[in-house]
Amino acid sequence: MKEEKSVPSDLSPKDENWMDKKVEFKKGTYCYGAPLKHQKYLDLPHPREWQPHNEDWNLPENWKEIILEGMKSLLEKYRSFKLFMDICVRCGACADKCHFFIGTGDPKNMPVLRAELLRSVYRRYFTLSGKIFGRLSGARDLTYDVLKEWFYYFYQCTECRRCSLYCPYGIDTCEITMMGRELLNLLGLNIQWVVEPASNSFRTGNHLGVPPPAFKETMGFAVDEIEELTGIKIDVPINRKGAEILFVAPSADYFASPHWYTLLGYLMLFHEIGLDYTWSTFASEGGNFGLFHSYELMKRLNAKIYEEAKRLKVKWILGGECGHMWRVIHQYMDTMNGPADFLEEPISPITGTKFENAKSTKMVHIAEFTADLIYHNKLVLDKKRNDKWIVTFHDSCNTARSVGLFEEPRYILKNVCNYFYEMPENTIREKTFCCGSGAGLGADENLEARLKGGFPRAYAVRYVKEKFGVNMVACMCAIDKASLPILLDYWLGGVEVCGIHELVGNALVMKGEKERTKNLRGEPLQREENEKGL
Amino acid sequence: MKRVYDGKKIITGLVLFLAAFTSPFWYNTVFGTFDYVPELKVEKNGKECVKRTSYMKTNHMVLLRFWRDEVVRSGKRIYKKEDGTEIEMSLSGTCLKCHKNKEEFCDRCHGYLGKAPRCWSCHNVPREAKK
Amino acid sequence: MVERLAYAFLFTIFLILVPLIGVGILNLQKVFSIFVPYLAFLIFLFGLVYRVLSWATSPQPFKIPLVAGQQRSLKWIKSSYIESPYTKTGVFLRMLLEIIFFRSLLREEKVETHPKKWLLFTSKKALWLGSIIFHYSLLVIALRHLKLFFEPVPSFVSLLHRADSLFEIFLPTVYITDILALLALLFLFFRRILVRQVMYVSYATDYFALLLIISVILSGALVRYFFRVDLFDVKRFTLGLVSFRPYVPEVVGSAFYVHLFLVSFLFAYFPFSKLIHAGGIFLSPTRNLENTSREKRYINPWNYPVKVRSYEEWEDEFREMMREAGIPVEKEEKES
Repeated sequence: MKEEKSVPSDLSPKDENWMDKKVEFKKGTYCYGAPLKHQKYLDLPHPREWQPHNEDWNLPENWKEIILEGMKSLLEKYRSFKLFMDICVRCGACADKCHFFIGTGDPKNMPVLRAELLRSVYRRYFTLSGKIFGRLSGARDLTYDVLKEWFYYFYQCTECRRCSLYCPYGIDTCEITMMGRELLNLLGLNIQWVVEPASNSFRTGNHLGVPPPAFKETMGFAVDEIEELTGIKIDVPINRKGAEILFVAPSADYFASPHWYTLLGYLMLFHEIGLDYTWSTFASEGGNFGLFHSYELMKRLNAKIYEEAKRLKVKWILGGECGHMWRVIHQYMDTMNGPADFLEEPISPITGTKFENAKSTKMVHIAEFTADLIYHNKLVLDKKRNDKWIVTFHDSCNTARSVGLFEEPRYILKNVCNYFYEMPENTIREKTFCCGSGAGLGADENLEARLKGGFPRAYAVRYVKEKFGVNMVACMCAIDKASLPILLDYWLGGVEVCGIHELVGNALVMKGEKERTKNLRGEPLQREENEKGL
Repeated sequence: MKRVYDGKKIITGLVLFLAAFTSPFWYNTVFGTFDYVPELKVEKNGKECVKRTSYMKTNHMVLLRFWRDEVVRSGKRIYKKEDGTEIEMSLSGTCLKCHKNKEEFCDRCHGYLGKAPRCWSCHNVPREAKK
Repeated sequence: MVERLAYAFLFTIFLILVPLIGVGILNLQKVFSIFVPYLAFLIFLFGLVYRVLSWATSPQPFKIPLVAGQQRSLKWIKSSYIESPYTKTGVFLRMLLEIIFFRSLLREEKVETHPKKWLLFTSKKALWLGSIIFHYSLLVIALRHLKLFFEPVPSFVSLLHRADSLFEIFLPTVYITDILALLALLFLFFRRILVRQVMYVSYATDYFALLLIISVILSGALVRYFFRVDLFDVKRFTLGLVSFRPYVPEVVGSAFYVHLFLVSFLFAYFPFSKLIHAGGIFLSPTRNLENTSREKRYINPWNYPVKVRSYEEWEDEFREMMREAGIPVEKEEKES
């Protein structure tokens, strides 16, 4: 019955001149503007209440100047930007690589056109040919409509970088979108789902705005749940000075579902190996919605992690399952807020393995950490406890194309469950498709766009569901865990979503545990009889 | 002046490219061969060439090819010049009678233009033209 | 699209008419044989340097390689030396593959929607093949022309001529690369018209760039195969140019001037158009950086301090409730 969902029918653009087409703010496809309170809290430029669907955006009078000045400054700061403005030949290789284009058929979602939205203005004001030939060379004036178009399409890109893989010059639409958003932000044009979490994170330490006592309380719930499941009472250290390792995870892990079960997995694992570590209520967020806003906000939010590591005098930092958090940590943190010379080069206290790939940033991904534990036989794992699940793995865009974490999670999965199947080759690893909700687009009001954007991923899951009976998508990204269940429910049904460490927690045989009858979700370990013939 | 980033690599690359790209300029200037214009030796013996010089300059290969086909395929051996005189269609028998020195005529120009003619893969060079 | 094509054609025709009128009617041989080529070459050189320096004067603030293979992490996991390079050699090889082999383009696969199967993926190598053939043919054609600029002719150039003229059906022998380049260009041109996605994103200048190069090759072919020019004279002319002893060729005809003018225009146009991608690819930060971001610190020259919320500030706001909840705080004693 789910088959009748309307599959996007045609990927051929119908009209001819994209420059003439005005953008239409159709409900369900765009995100709401950021609330004044949070704009003010972060001292963002030109704060005000506004909504994208309003005719008048209440822009400052000299908005054009601001944008063009901003563009000039970004061109001077980012070689990537300048280069990507200049060298595209519009070969079209990227056109059908974007999940939003595949899902919506909207030609302006072709990566090349998304970039042309900026390039057309760049040409008009910054290049000779654009000034002379104007429209013939793809140049156009910066107008109100152009600005609206920027807003619509730069907040309909999840910065997943898939198109860049196919570009013969490596043009990265993520950079383009980031620049587009930097510019929009100069006019206070940003979205609620980015600014509010960022403001929360700035104030409380995490996106969800969880204050320290609530953090402690929720860890208490986790402890209770684990005790109920295993009979073991574990300890969750918080803000403990002198611990060896600071653990930072996305806040969704301790407040959202199915992230929660991943949290249980972490806690059980750390207890079992006797890890000397601590959580922090100050750096209680690994994710960084600043990344989806501007360089400056990203840096402001990220600063907490090193500051807290210094204060707590830990040796190194371990990071949880999150996608864009790892983009920031891997490719930005050390450059922005380093050098982390007050920390030590990470060494696993259990196996003695030196994480040389993290020796400057001093932050290790938990998949690297756990894979190393398993490889050295430090864990007793009972795969059968995950037999209920026929598992596939969704590579998150950021940990895939920006970090290269492909084998670590797969190695873990193959060691904690018996049934593991890969999705089609052109939808995984470096070619992975986004969930459709990254880069701050996981809001409710743009659900239609998200479901369309996630369509290619849904296709891939359907493929393995039909072929192998897959009923569980494992992933290591908090946005994935939040958005994939909705997405898969809409397109398919019957497939659930989990984190890697949920499955680790299920399989982990703990010293002194009682016989486990339930998985971390509190469900029976094996499939019920009537479920078996799926 | 603005700062150049990654200057070492970028400037090196740029200089190498420019050096390669302008090589004809400095190569010819340094090695001094630029003003060499080959001199072609012809002993006219009072005879006119088969066709006008300007035609022969650009189209001798067409004529030679035509001759070859006539001789080899149709067995014809006589060619009528524009002024009505008849000559034998023969590279060694007719052409090389005036253009006696292959090296100083054929080779010089073909060498100058970097083209090896294929005549001599079949034709023997007459001894007197060999010098 | 018709409009864009029309502009592209009109401009190309205009460019062909300029030398025809200039030489054929106005007798400006000197201008078109000497002034124009020099000017074009100067524009090319300065334009290129200007363009590259304009990129070089902006720093690459972050290390953002696009990772296309397993990172180097744990020793027992096989890492991808080229797709996720972690050494200079790895980066070099990755760039080499991109530049000489168009590696990323080789990944090309077409996606179509399907009512039952939802999505269809088809591996497509046509664009890759067309581009490879076009670029390499153009390279060989350019190198072949070196015979006109060097005296004596370098042996590799002669060799190239011999290798390129395998077909001896016609006289003068037809160069394989002339035909291949034309075919590839026509493919690229019609692709821009017939593939709707590509048509949709094409500007007049995109069609023009292809038409310009097509015209260059066709005019070259005309000069070679139909309106024969006296190569002897041409070489005197080209050597004259590169030795700064300009010599106006005597009897070369209009077709030659058209060819020369179009080539000159191509040179001058190159740095200021998308053709500059040839230089830009070397600087592409998603390809030319190592994926060692956590291993070696990368410096951003404009990394400026930002307003952060310090721990003290943060604790000031939450200290009370933290103490109540029994969470350790910094300023415990002072406060109580």
